[in-house]
Amino acid sequence: MKAARWIVVLLLYLLCSASALAESIKIGAVLSVTGPASFLGEPEKNTLLMLRDQVNSKGGINGQQVEVIVYDDESDVNKCVMAAKKLLDQDRVSVVVGPSISGNTLAIAKFFSSAQVPLISCAAAEKIVRPVDPWIFNTPQLDRHAVTKILLDAQSRKYSKLAILTVSDGYGQAGRGVLKELIPAQGFALVADESFGPKDTDMTAQLTKIKGTSPDAIICWGTNPGPAVVARNRTQLGLTTPLYMSHGVASNKFIELAGEAAEGLILPAGRLVAVEQVPAGHPQKRVLEEYVANYTKTYNTPVSSFGGYAHDAFALVREAIIKGGSAKPSDIRNNLEKISSFAGTSGVYSYSSDNHNGLDENAFIMVTIEKGAWKVMQ
Amino acid sequence: MQNGYNVAYRRDMFWLAGFFTLLMLAPFCMPNNYYLTILILCGLHAMHAVGLCLLVGHAGQISLGHAGFYGLAAYTSAYLSTTLGLAVGLSMVAGVVLTVLISLLVGLPSLKLKGHYLAMATLGFGIILSILFTETVDITGGPSGFVGIPRLSILGQELTTDIAVYRAVAVVLCLMVWLSFNVLHSRIGRALRALHTSEKAAQAMGVDIARFKLFVFVLSAAFSSISGVLYAHYLTFIAPVSFGFMFSVELIVMVVLGGMVSVPGSIVGAFFVTILPEFLRAFENVEVVLFGAILILCMMFLPDGLAGGWNRLWSRFRRAVHE
Repeated sequence: MKAARWIVVLLLYLLCSASALAESIKIGAVLSVTGPASFLGEPEKNTLLMLRDQVNSKGGINGQQVEVIVYDDESDVNKCVMAAKKLLDQDRVSVVVGPSISGNTLAIAKFFSSAQVPLISCAAAEKIVRPVDPWIFNTPQLDRHAVTKILLDAQSRKYSKLAILTVSDGYGQAGRGVLKELIPAQGFALVADESFGPKDTDMTAQLTKIKGTSPDAIICWGTNPGPAVVARNRTQLGLTTPLYMSHGVASNKFIELAGEAAEGLILPAGRLVAVEQVPAGHPQKRVLEEYVANYTKTYNTPVSSFGGYAHDAFALVREAIIKGGSAKPSDIRNNLEKISSFAGTSGVYSYSSDNHNGLDENAFIMVTIEKGAWKVMQ
Repeated sequence: MQNGYNVAYRRDMFWLAGFFTLLMLAPFCMPNNYYLTILILCGLHAMHAVGLCLLVGHAGQISLGHAGFYGLAAYTSAYLSTTLGLAVGLSMVAGVVLTVLISLLVGLPSLKLKGHYLAMATLGFGIILSILFTETVDITGGPSGFVGIPRLSILGQELTTDIAVYRAVAVVLCLMVWLSFNVLHSRIGRALRALHTSEKAAQAMGVDIARFKLFVFVLSAAFSSISGVLYAHYLTFIAPVSFGFMFSVELIVMVVLGGMVSVPGSIVGAFFVTILPEFLRAFENVEVVLFGAILILCMMFLPDGLAGGWNRLWSRFRRAVHE
């Protein structure tokens, strides 16, 4: 039996070394292309495949062609674990991009240090990069950055009493944690802490309760469609209290869902939502314009900031391979940590051994919705 | 009669011995850990399927709440071992014991219900637990999951490799199958069959319906909870999505696909439902459609499940050989 196993291992090894001779760089991806989180996974997958074709048509990275293997985890944690194992044990990829959601990322994170392969997650939870796992990176802006940005804005408007309304899913709970930490820390009073279910269709009860505590502003944390309902209920109740939204709704879909009620809402967003309003000469201007032009041309659909997370992950991997002249997993990891001031779609990245997110609150701009379009606030 | 019974029992034991040998030899044909992971998950799912086969196929009770028991045991063990720092073995036992007690409490009133009402009651229970896992963020970590659960260890020996976990899962699964066969070939098994055919007739014959129903319900919950604690300490991460309503339905699908009354069948059903999506990965965008289509075809052409289909094929083959 043992002999048979060794023969199989040997055959596999030969197979692997044969493919290494073909000199292609294998980039794996586990994304939620279908299931509840497909709004994240689909643009991410499209982006990766588009970038692969672009890079390969220009002769690859350092002369090596790029092979991208995408697996769909159907937003399910077990499928994600199996897909990750397949990428690491069977496909033997050099680096993995994804998963799309935080829970799945945390579930597979531990496999990567034992396999010695870097993972660049497209999910935002702080637990992914703090404490730092040497093999795990992520590209989206952290909730902390978004909250900091909102509170800076609230400070400039001299608000003192804040209410929060969060959705009871992974995204909302992560946001709630940071809000509850930073609001008192920045000298504000937290007067109400309400939540709603991801599938709720009416939030008037929560808003009425919040109204009773007369806050200066409300911060709502969620992804579509909940926050759109909150915005509509607020108009229906005739509430004039300013409403902040999170970056989770920074897509045109939100304006579509909330309609008139979206007017005047304020939120932090990546620069991708208003590329034409980014001043010329800004380090991100060129990469943003290129990404938007290519994506809309290839897929005939508008870009979303989620696809941008995958774009940045791919671009960072490419940069790390070029920088170190090697596509070995451990070299990619080491060189990722050496990247500084690298402009992506979500912000300007500077990784280091104790910072595996690489962004700060400047990755966000505050935007408002005016006549059904995003407007950058000065 | 006695003779026929012995033959059936011996046949089941032969099957079990063969299955165990197969499970033990399987890893040697696995080129890498990825396949082992699939097999471990198959084994964990099969544990539920064996329990549910007794409950659904033999006692005729439908439960849509077993994902809840699965989750309850997983979270209890995770909480005790991670947050409170108890030994892994102890936490696992506590997780199973707590789940068994809760299933007893749930079973007492709800097993007085029949048919759809029992399904509704267990469904409600499953959903309540699923909400509990999501909302009690301080204890369970909420929707983003429970991180950093210690790895499986048996008698202080940590199982660091997948192959060790696999062997543990295989042994536990076979013990469950052995227990189930013994239950089915005992007085309880005969009572269950009577109960399944006609409750009234069974009652008239002096079978204590409520007690047998409760026994099987608790036994199947115990199997699910053992699967739950193994799952938590194998993956070292759990999230509420794994224990939702859909998983309960998936478990029923495994049993129905396996042919309801056959324990080996339900195991095959569990392996089939778990492995198939992995093989269909090659068909990228249409894999979900293919998965559904295969299930529909199975139910159309194998109404008595994979086990029934196999039996028919086998007897046709034997007849062909005889002629």
